Amino acid sequence: MKEVVEGSHAVSEAVRLARVQVMSAYPITPQTHIVEALSEYCAQGRMTGRFICVESEHSAMAAVIGAASGGARTFTATSSHGLALMHELLHWSSAARLPIVMAEVNRALGPGWNIWMDQTDSLAQRDTGWIQLYCEDGQEALDTTLLAFRLAESASLPVMVVLDAFFLSHTYEPVDIPDQTAVDRFLPPYRPKVHLDTREPFALSQMAPPGCYMEMRHDIQAGMRRVPDLYTAAENGFEEIFGRRYGMLEAYRCEDAEIILAMAGTAVSTSREVVDDLRDRGEKVGLLKIRMFRPFPTDLLRHSVSNAQKIAVLDRNFCFGLGGIFAQEIRAALYHGEWRPSVFSYISGMGGRDVTPEIIKEVYGLAKAADRPETESVWVGLDPATCPVCRTA
Amino acid sequence: MIRSPLPQTDYMTSGHVGCPGCGATVAMKFALRALGEKTMMVIPACCWAIIAGSHPQCSLKVPVLHTAFATAGATASGLRAALDMRGDTETVVVAWAGDGGTFDIGFQALSGAVERNEDFIYVCYDNEAYMNTGVQRSSSTPFGTRTTTTPGASWKQTRKKNIVEALAAHRIPYAATASIAYPEDMIQKFQRARILKGGSRFIHVFATCPTGWRVPTDQCIKIARLAVQTRVFPLYEVVDGVRYTLNHDAAPRPVRDYLSIQGRFNHLSDVDCDKIQTMVDEDWMLLKRKATPWPPLKPAYDP
Repeated sequence: MKEVVEGSHAVSEAVRLARVQVMSAYPITPQTHIVEALSEYCAQGRMTGRFICVESEHSAMAAVIGAASGGARTFTATSSHGLALMHELLHWSSAARLPIVMAEVNRALGPGWNIWMDQTDSLAQRDTGWIQLYCEDGQEALDTTLLAFRLAESASLPVMVVLDAFFLSHTYEPVDIPDQTAVDRFLPPYRPKVHLDTREPFALSQMAPPGCYMEMRHDIQAGMRRVPDLYTAAENGFEEIFGRRYGMLEAYRCEDAEIILAMAGTAVSTSREVVDDLRDRGEKVGLLKIRMFRPFPTDLLRHSVSNAQKIAVLDRNFCFGLGGIFAQEIRAALYHGEWRPSVFSYISGMGGRDVTPEIIKEVYGLAKAADRPETESVWVGLDPATCPVCRTA
Repeated sequence: MIRSPLPQTDYMTSGHVGCPGCGATVAMKFALRALGEKTMMVIPACCWAIIAGSHPQCSLKVPVLHTAFATAGATASGLRAALDMRGDTETVVVAWAGDGGTFDIGFQALSGAVERNEDFIYVCYDNEAYMNTGVQRSSSTPFGTRTTTTPGASWKQTRKKNIVEALAAHRIPYAATASIAYPEDMIQKFQRARILKGGSRFIHVFATCPTGWRVPTDQCIKIARLAVQTRVFPLYEVVDGVRYTLNHDAAPRPVRDYLSIQGRFNHLSDVDCDKIQTMVDEDWMLLKRKATPWPPLKPAYDP
């Protein structure tokens, strides 16, 4: 049934429909609406799961680790500093092969304190072994959360569902909220491969000396390598029941594009309009939506950019001392590909700064005009009045 | 032949890697005898994270969930929730942590869990320093102790944190101290804790560490007994944070009897020992006062 809901609630409805058994979270703007809704569902009896109101995000992740080890379907949500605080346990949960699902609302890291849209928080966790899926709108947020449980449980790896702060989390859109029977068909009860049981005692997550640690890590990567196939299978099942699919990447009007814009999150929505506009004016431009970031879809990326000369990546994040993170990863993925377009790295829309059609057009214009990418990422939209040392392209 | 009325089935095997004379292993042995097989242990980083075994072996015959250092209280909360959701209300979840994972890095998660009145037993086996990493001080290290981070003339000048009092302030349903030198008392307390389902129970177990305390390895139990006899480590219980019961109230031995036989204290002067005696006497007096018969609280209104 279609309802007008904000992105946060698209996620919480999915968690309710997934019949999550144990949730634990600590509030942080702009994730709060997700967890408040879940608490309310439990209080109303619309959810029978347990919601543990812990005293920090580190404890939230610890609680769901405990619950998942006990065989329950689990969920948590956080953002920015909360995610950063969970860091050691992000490593822990993936290495423990626990199918935890987490909604992560992309918010800037401080100082200065900034509650608004920025991707650095989730990208800074790219090494932790979590599957990462980036959402463009409310429908996708709901669908991805449902997909996440199925994927996590089949891969035995945790999944992060990423939403833009405010632009997605707090934006109201019409969203088709599926009915419980349909979701039950897509997502049967969780059947853990391994869980603690007094009838068959064993130890989990104990010491692993040099003689076996490397093999355990290799096993985790073997698990990651299965994810694209498992994801496709999950989407097949999803499409059969709900009539929608998203893919790991989406190539929009890329077939004959000379320049391809690449980005993740709500900026993709805006860019669709810009690409159509530019195309109307004869520009050979396409758009690559990054949806699955981990595992990085290298083969699919190489295939998607097969004719382009230039990839103009928009990063709403930054790795100090290196540059935009999506650009780095795309560049690395293309390096050994048969066809190697130049990768141009643009930074904009950090800390809640809006990515407008004008900004995207400027990015396109800069990429078109430049012969080769600069060594450093190019910052777009800096205000010299605010920051005297800022340099614009 | 004397037959002990206490439970005799062990859920711990020999062949573990505990140091000779390790008090923490004695603590686990008695605890598991009392708790039985429907027990799950949540063990954060501590000596027992190692003693429990290295992949692929385990020295315990109950399920063990190893967890990160700061998380025992939170992980145990999550595990309990999962068991409840799966319909298992019989198994008891036990967080089994050292003093580091209880008093310091684990304190937040413990305080949070107890404030939520989580249904678990939290056991701190206390060897009074970060022993697993090589004898560095913790907030459980007593006044007067030399450790690797309170060495030489910088021996620890601050008091041992009183963890039972801190949790009593949370109005925890049940908190108690226990000693490996008083096995009947210890086992009864674990049995009591096991029956008290539905809320948080905390047991603070004195666990001698010959390695870190610089004492001969055959002195483990004797030192634990002296700690109680000198009133350095009183045996008592607190119900609902307000009703205190003293379990051992005999004429005391001087603290010097306890301090003089441990290498970690052998730098202390007469003045230092006198000071420690005064602190022990004062703490005992406070405890006695709390243990006097408590008048029932009258409600503010008559319903």
